[in-house]
Amino acid sequence: MSDESDAEATARALGLTGSAARKTSEQVIGWILFLCGSLSILTTIGIIVVLIEQAFEFFLEASPIDFLFGTTWTALFKDGEFGVLPLVTATLLVGVLSMCVAIPLGLMAAIYLSEYASPRVRAVLKPFLELLAGIPTIVYGYFALTFINPEVVRRIFPDAQVYNVLSASIAVGIMVLPMVASLSEDSLRAVPSALREAAYGLGATKFEVATQVVVPAALSGVIASFILAISRAVGETMIVALAAGSRAQMNFNPLEGAQTMTAYVVQVVSGDVVAGSTVYKSLFAVGLLLFLMTLLMNIISQWFVARFREEYQ
Amino acid sequence: MVASQVGTIGSAVESNKSTPTTESVYGTKAVITLDDLSVHYGSFLAVTDVTFNVPKNRITALIGPSGCGKSTVLRCVNRMNDLVATARVGGKILYHGVDINDRAVDPVEVRRRIGMVFQKPNPFPKSIYENVAWGVRINGIKTADMDNLVEQCLRQAALWDEVKDKLKQSGLALSGGQQQRLCIARAMAINPDVILMDEPASALDPISTLKIEDLMRELVKDYTIMIVTHNMQQAARVSDQTVFFSLNERRQGVLVEASPTRELFTNPRDQRTEDYITGRFG
Amino acid sequence: MISVPGVNDEPVVFGESSQVDRRNRTATVFRYIFFASTIFGILALGTLLWTVIDKGWDWLSWGLITNAPSRKPELAGLNSALFGTIWVISLTILMAFPVGVGAAIYLEEYAPKNRWTKLLQVNISNLAGVPSVVYGLLGLGIFVEIMQIGRVVLAGALTMALLSLPVIIIAGQESLRAVPLSLRQAAYAVGATRWQVVRHHVLPAAFPGILTGTILAISRAIGETAPLLVVGAASYIATRPTGFMDSYTALPIQIYNWTARPQAEFKELAAAGIIVLLVLLLTMNSVAIIVRQRFTNKARW
Repeated sequence: MSDESDAEATARALGLTGSAARKTSEQVIGWILFLCGSLSILTTIGIIVVLIEQAFEFFLEASPIDFLFGTTWTALFKDGEFGVLPLVTATLLVGVLSMCVAIPLGLMAAIYLSEYASPRVRAVLKPFLELLAGIPTIVYGYFALTFINPEVVRRIFPDAQVYNVLSASIAVGIMVLPMVASLSEDSLRAVPSALREAAYGLGATKFEVATQVVVPAALSGVIASFILAISRAVGETMIVALAAGSRAQMNFNPLEGAQTMTAYVVQVVSGDVVAGSTVYKSLFAVGLLLFLMTLLMNIISQWFVARFREEYQ
Repeated sequence: MVASQVGTIGSAVESNKSTPTTESVYGTKAVITLDDLSVHYGSFLAVTDVTFNVPKNRITALIGPSGCGKSTVLRCVNRMNDLVATARVGGKILYHGVDINDRAVDPVEVRRRIGMVFQKPNPFPKSIYENVAWGVRINGIKTADMDNLVEQCLRQAALWDEVKDKLKQSGLALSGGQQQRLCIARAMAINPDVILMDEPASALDPISTLKIEDLMRELVKDYTIMIVTHNMQQAARVSDQTVFFSLNERRQGVLVEASPTRELFTNPRDQRTEDYITGRFG
Repeated sequence: MISVPGVNDEPVVFGESSQVDRRNRTATVFRYIFFASTIFGILALGTLLWTVIDKGWDWLSWGLITNAPSRKPELAGLNSALFGTIWVISLTILMAFPVGVGAAIYLEEYAPKNRWTKLLQVNISNLAGVPSVVYGLLGLGIFVEIMQIGRVVLAGALTMALLSLPVIIIAGQESLRAVPLSLRQAAYAVGATRWQVVRHHVLPAAFPGILTGTILAISRAIGETAPLLVVGAASYIATRPTGFMDSYTALPIQIYNWTARPQAEFKELAAAGIIVLLVLLLTMNSVAIIVRQRFTNKARW
């Protein structure tokens, strides 16, 4: 014990213990920065608390079983029913259809940029793709309504309705295409060139190398990009609110309108919603379901990214 | 307790005789004493059994093959290893009798007294003037005439004549050898006791290397210098004490021998030292 | 044609193989298909821009910027929406930028590498993927109702700040990480404290990247419609906000409002509004790129 304070005393005499004032100010700064960092936890807690609390109150008024399995959604009517499946199927339908656009086109663009394009061509094309990603979704909604529907969908399917799922899905697909292309391209480029050289050395064509060697090698990263894109498509609001309509019905026909979970939220808040009413609380029940769906997809995507990193880092 | 021994491993017999003190061998007392120092990175033991003294106003060179812990040991002396999350230091490093790893000791204060020059020159992306002045400013060292202080340091680093007309230029615009001398000037500006140099000339051309070596011989009149070097001839040219590290059977770094330079290179005590300096391995 | 002895001394003939020809043809065909896929996105972009410009060009005028919205398309303008956006976004930046940069500094320079830090990191990545409409619900439930702030600028700004934070933090962390370790070591070695190293060396070096990332995050926030709708931005309001507790509307919301109306003129007006929005975003992104260029040229290491 006395050794310790001897050491301390000598240290202090030599000035090695440092100034208390400086140490305090360093600590204070550390704490402020820690609070900034921890605010994100508060945000997550806030989201979870507000969604669960209001959803819970909602389920006191409307049965959760009917909610999860019911196929009639007449929320805005007097004595409305709250079966959420119509909204969920519309959401998933948009997700699937948009992926039919984004996944093949995005992946093929990624293959082109990673395996075929010269650095100069890449430098020119990539910024355009990033531009596509930076366009606000309301503009895509407008595009779906005023161009895709009349000029594309209705020319091929003259019976399509004014608001239909297909137009919205195509727009959503175009919107997430840059995300698929960019993330997949990063994964493809991370594949070591030694792998490609080995395949070329065996006499493979560029197409064979790209599709049978590089893409499989980068598969985890590529799949991660797909899942992230679906998650984005599912959470998309304005395109579907403008172009897919507000008919909440179980409907698998993409040429008809349907209301997604996100579009329902927009419809409710665009009207006069009274805080505390059942309709108000239904917003949070739907929001909770949406949050859980996208969270699950994001977690799965992160798992794929982790697998990809293990292989190449 | 300050250990007064010219250390070697396993020389229990010798330590029973009257062991020569640092002062008697090198002419000055020890400024720093490393006592049974060991360093773990996580669960990996990187270097162990390190015990030697660093005499004041002398140049002590740490030599040995790559990976045997010389730089690790050097970085312990100014507590730079604190910045590595997984590093754990055992044993003691006594600076004027105080263990610098003691909880009461502030590493910032240690680094003000024990400066460091790195292998790859790393001047700040600031002007030459600011490179030298910044350390002085943040340490709150009051100086009536900063211009004069900067000039002194640049002169001492043998750089003044080459940069006196371009003090406002970026430090990064200098050549490699000049950048390294700028880093030396920066280290001197806060008036340290000891300067640590981690392979200071290995990234430089031969002419710059010789300039740095000449500089070291000048600086040692005012400072104590510890240098890690891969270059045996450099150690032989420049240092007063040479400490030889090697790897043991478990691929851990160990101190093999610490002796006056002339002795170590002409009549080494340990067979491993002799193997290394004659090029039989390493 | 060259003939060489191959396996079992059977001759191998170069330059003649239908299988290789077929594979090469497949390769060439797909090369064009892959290229076409890349061009598709650009074509879509071009078509989108063309549609918007075609419909909205005639409605561009100074009146568009200075007039308030109106039931008559000839008299309608974006004035209240533009000012609403300016109010909300300014407040958003004021709140999100310091907190976001602080969080990035904490995670990169201060946080010990333990499980709590890993949790924070994962949490931020997850928050970046939460749909913006959920942030709107968060704002509605907590800021508008529980905290009784009401459907005013402050509630909108708080919501948008939370939405932008993960993006700012992630961009900030990347910029800080790009600063080489040797710079930090040099500063520590002359006896600097952690904050001195960060404030005088790491942060200035990372600043262009942080600024660029923030500008991009903010330009995304400007285009966001859903969270502001949920949090109570008015669809139709003719006055500009004068304080943080005033009602407001925003540029994307006004565009939404016009698009949703049945009259063709309002759809064209909406296109004009989109042009204004895109010009604003293009300007901001160009500023971000210029900032990145200018500062990366100055600080070479």
